[in-house]
Amino acid sequence: MKPQTDERALLEGLATSDKKAVETIYKENYNMVQSLIINNNGSSDDAKDIFQEAMIVLYEKVRSGSFELNCQIKTFVYSVSRRLWLKRLQQQNRYAAPGDSMENVVAVEEDLEEHEQRNAEYEMMEKAVSNLGEPCKSLLEAYYLQKQNMQVIAANFGYTNADNAKNQKYKCLMRLKKIFFTHYKNGNGDG
Amino acid sequence: MVMDDIKILDAVERYIRGEMKPDERLQFENLRKTNAEVDQLVVEHTLFLQQMNQFGERKNFKSSLNEVHTDLTEQGKIDSMKLKGRSKVVYLWKRYKRVAAIAASIAGITTITISALVWAFSPRANDNVQEMSRQLEVMKKVQRDQNAVVNDIKNQINTDKKAEKKSIQFKSGGTGFLLDGNGYLVTNAHIIRNSKNIVVINNKGEEFDAIVLKTDNAKDIAILKIEDKSFKSIASLPYGISKTVSDVAEPIYTLGYPRNDIVYSEGYLSARTGFNGDTLSCQLGIAANRGNSGGPVFNHNGEVIGILSTKETESEGVAFAIQSKYIFDAIDQLKKDTAYQSLKLSSKSSVRGMNKQQQVQKIQDYVFMVKGD
Repeated sequence: MKPQTDERALLEGLATSDKKAVETIYKENYNMVQSLIINNNGSSDDAKDIFQEAMIVLYEKVRSGSFELNCQIKTFVYSVSRRLWLKRLQQQNRYAAPGDSMENVVAVEEDLEEHEQRNAEYEMMEKAVSNLGEPCKSLLEAYYLQKQNMQVIAANFGYTNADNAKNQKYKCLMRLKKIFFTHYKNGNGDG
Repeated sequence: MVMDDIKILDAVERYIRGEMKPDERLQFENLRKTNAEVDQLVVEHTLFLQQMNQFGERKNFKSSLNEVHTDLTEQGKIDSMKLKGRSKVVYLWKRYKRVAAIAASIAGITTITISALVWAFSPRANDNVQEMSRQLEVMKKVQRDQNAVVNDIKNQINTDKKAEKKSIQFKSGGTGFLLDGNGYLVTNAHIIRNSKNIVVINNKGEEFDAIVLKTDNAKDIAILKIEDKSFKSIASLPYGISKTVSDVAEPIYTLGYPRNDIVYSEGYLSARTGFNGDTLSCQLGIAANRGNSGGPVFNHNGEVIGILSTKETESEGVAFAIQSKYIFDAIDQLKKDTAYQSLKLSSKSSVRGMNKQQQVQKIQDYVFMVKGD
């Protein structure tokens, strides 16, 4: 009973990217995933990559409001990591057949499908933002990601007033949307 | 015209965020019904903002994961150290064993004897490897004891030196940065040329004595080592050293000590070669001052791509940096001396994905002022 409420609290913490919760989940699961990867032809750098990607899968799952894992966090992270690692080995044409030392593996295909879709979208936005150049990139990041208000932005970026900053932001935004939607319309659907 | 577009977009954003007052909202919804263009804009922009939010969330989460990783490693709560010693042997052994297994199955019936031999010998090989690593442990302990004695002597010398340090006049100054948690630093050779005594000072003002391990005047690189018992080694550095030069126009930044406080400046990579096509270095568009010499040049991932070394005297805002791959060369040469075998450069940055402020926050502790007499 107790562990279940603890796990739920952890997931709720994760959803708000509460540092304590992230640290706890990280600490309790990292070594397990690392030994999975290292015992199956991987390095510690691979382990870090795979584990962090599994953390992102979990994060985005709880962000979308689903705290129902139907299994322990440990099992979920392990299953996702295992699946991700198998896939990466296959992509590199390397021999792989992780023996299941842990009998607890759950089906995570649906979660991973969703994750891949999000991956593609993330990369599209990342590319669009990096194609934008300065000062547009920093300006839009300040407004949309760091949620700073226009007065602060105007002061930080050296615009004489908030209206000038707003003008510049508008131009930058139009460019970003154009780049993003060109890729989005071409890339979405057929991967 | 443009002004109107800006106002409409502004309204759309406030509408999507739910920041409109009820009557304004009603008005806007009516506009949506009558004006297809506005309606289209709302739909499109909602999607865009959603994408932007997801992008930002994941970006932040990624950098906090990296932060947590570094913290937990430093605290020893996860063992993510680079594979070394026994675990490396185990890792290599596992790889080898698998290859052996495949080879054996391919060989099949015709070479049953050979595969039998492989299997017969392989476990024994494993025993040998393990034994050797244990012996290494014993050797290491002996070495450690020896080092302790040497360190005691060194410390004595150091305290003697400290007593006379007050009278030393430091004439030259620049910047240097750590290559490794054990106190190996890199800086420009010209900063410490002819210096007998060198101290390095971190951004908290703590001073450490350092010695020169190697200078290469042609490349203008010097490797220093902090030899001071008050220096505590660091488990892992937040930045790595890149082996390649970045692309032209890539934003870059540096941290250095043109005065007594650490100073940040940013710019971009102007050319992949240096003055008059010099292939040792690369050209930067950045405001740099004398004391910036020897400072690290970071790309946006927080990887070191060069060492700031000289600036053009005729034009402001043009500087040159030695390409970071020559740091690897200098270390390789240094490693010919067996005493420095443990020195290892990382090419991965844990600050990757963080924003500039967060990166600088993490990095600044490892950039030092270098002073020589």
